[in-house]
Amino acid sequence: MQIKTMATYAANGETPEILFWVGCAGSFDQRAQKITKAFATILDKTGVQFAILGKEESCTGDPARRAGNEFIFQMMAQNNIQLLNMYGVKKIVTACPHCFNILKNEYPALGGNYEVIHHTTFLQSLIDEGKIKMKEGGVFKGKKITYHDSCYLGRGNNIYEAPRKVLETLDAELVEMKRCRSKGLCCGAGGAQMFKEEEKGTTRINFDRGHEAVDTGASVIAANCPFCMTMLTDGVKETGKEDEVKVLDIAELIAMNME
Amino acid sequence: MRIVQELLFIIAFGMAVYLFSTKVRQIRRNILLGRDKDLNDHPDLRWKNVLLLAFGQKKMFRNPLVAVLHFFVYAGFIIINLEILEIILDGILGTHRLFVPVLGGLYPVLISAFEVLAVLVMLGCAIFLIRRNILKLRRFISKDLNGWPRSDANYILLTEIVLMFLFLTMNTADQQMQLRGSEHYIATGNFLITGSLASIFNHTSDGTLIAIERTCWWLHILGILAFLNYLPYSKHLHIILAFPNAYFASLEPAGEMENMPAVQREVQLMLQPELAANESAPEGMPKFGAKDVFDLTWKNLLDAYSCTECGRCSAACPANITGKALSPRKIMMDTRDRAEEVGRNINKNGAFTDDSKTLLRDYITEEELRACTTCNACVQECPVSISPLDIILQLRRHLVMEESSAPAEWTGMFSNIENNMAPWKFSMDDRDKWATEMNQ
Repeated sequence: MQIKTMATYAANGETPEILFWVGCAGSFDQRAQKITKAFATILDKTGVQFAILGKEESCTGDPARRAGNEFIFQMMAQNNIQLLNMYGVKKIVTACPHCFNILKNEYPALGGNYEVIHHTTFLQSLIDEGKIKMKEGGVFKGKKITYHDSCYLGRGNNIYEAPRKVLETLDAELVEMKRCRSKGLCCGAGGAQMFKEEEKGTTRINFDRGHEAVDTGASVIAANCPFCMTMLTDGVKETGKEDEVKVLDIAELIAMNME
Repeated sequence: MRIVQELLFIIAFGMAVYLFSTKVRQIRRNILLGRDKDLNDHPDLRWKNVLLLAFGQKKMFRNPLVAVLHFFVYAGFIIINLEILEIILDGILGTHRLFVPVLGGLYPVLISAFEVLAVLVMLGCAIFLIRRNILKLRRFISKDLNGWPRSDANYILLTEIVLMFLFLTMNTADQQMQLRGSEHYIATGNFLITGSLASIFNHTSDGTLIAIERTCWWLHILGILAFLNYLPYSKHLHIILAFPNAYFASLEPAGEMENMPAVQREVQLMLQPELAANESAPEGMPKFGAKDVFDLTWKNLLDAYSCTECGRCSAACPANITGKALSPRKIMMDTRDRAEEVGRNINKNGAFTDDSKTLLRDYITEEELRACTTCNACVQECPVSISPLDIILQLRRHLVMEESSAPAEWTGMFSNIENNMAPWKFSMDDRDKWATEMNQ
């Protein structure tokens, strides 16, 4: 596989169909890198012409903005927009709902107007177009999967169905947690909480959610966000069920089940 | 005698309207202390929100049983107000059941419908009292409501039960007097509920019956006028403000945070200094984020006055569920309390005089603000279109940008983003390492 950068395309006078915005977690976090690789593999196998920004990509500014530091957000956002506009980017796909939300909803006010798609929605359209062929039998056939709605995809942007439609193609049994869709419980990472210790309380948010997910009896918890991934993995560990219950991103589930 | 009653009524009514409108003007003034924000775009979508969220109470139906009970109380209260119109006109003109000749056969049908609603209001309020005081639902026993707010809720429910009881007793006595062919008690036809209760008074004397009917009539209308003036001091104000609050609700995706054009411009000039040549010097020092109610938008303050302290926000808040200090309901109650305090200050001094207090710290602590995950659960749950999150984020902006007050981990995260273009301390050169690995 050859993953090319926007710079490489530009040097050849070409523009790729779509930019894969990897995000900081997807780039640096070891666990999230596996999600990035799974999604890149799917893009490659389905013949989607895509590029990454590579070393030129920067943080979108989301955690700084939500923590209250508008200056750093503006610096990151304006530099990113300058770069994206220079490359003439029209369409962006990302596997991080925080990047998705900020690129889609907050960059336009600063002059960055792109069609931004979250990878679960993109996977759904690839499936609808018949570009993803599932293995005979299927790795997850008959298994129980529960889906955790990330706040920034769900309540933040009203995307509840696309990820579930993608999961349905796995031929598994989808079980919902009591708090799902618009009532979904946060994993505890949003609003820059990922980057600090939780405030004093009776328990951790991800422990609460981990228990709820494990209690469904599912053997797989499907996530759509690298931060939820970290939080839920720790949450499951706390229940002591980490050997029986795996937390996997929807892209990983599809990549594992693809021909 | 009749003229005295008419005069007394007109005085009571006039006083009630005067006091109410004075307080309403003060609340309007307090709300407009907030900074300006234009929320008049897309009137079609906004009216749709008023219909769905305020009239239709769409969010309430996330819990259908409670929603139906609440709908009885709401519909009962609004629709029975048609009857109040007749009562007021009777009071001013010294008439009795003025609408009977006008409405004819329709009159008993309408009153019967009001009576059914009155019974449903009593039933709803009774169940709500049980939920609050006997079943003790978590969101009702929360320390947010300690003191006045808990009593406020009970007073409202009790008052509504009493008002409905007075209305029904008045009608029962009236029906019995009609059966006796009393000249003053004009024949209306049978009322569905009180018509069948009228026999209770079979052995009561005419004089006592008239006294009961008149007492109930007076207590009912005086109770309503008193309740009208209680509203602006109570959480019950939501019955009015839920409507404008739905109209002015955000139409943006919930995940979107408000832009700060002043910071945007400043950073733009820093990144492209050549633009600075045409730039006029900014007027005064811009303020970043919110420290007090003056720095919030008027919509944030309208939110605060619209809050009925139901606590659905806090019951859904991941921080609150896991025992953190944050409660989105408390954020709203604090904002209203501070706005009221500022309002009293203005009433007393003519203009706001520094009281060395602010919403931040004197009401809302840093610990509360720090616990928010910006998950939008509070915004999602609010039946009257309030965003506690919007206030939390503005206060956070003040803390970080005006006071450089942030947990050490956040300060580290800021400098990592600034220096390494990522919230963690990784080398920028490693950003595409995963791709290099795949390309091999």
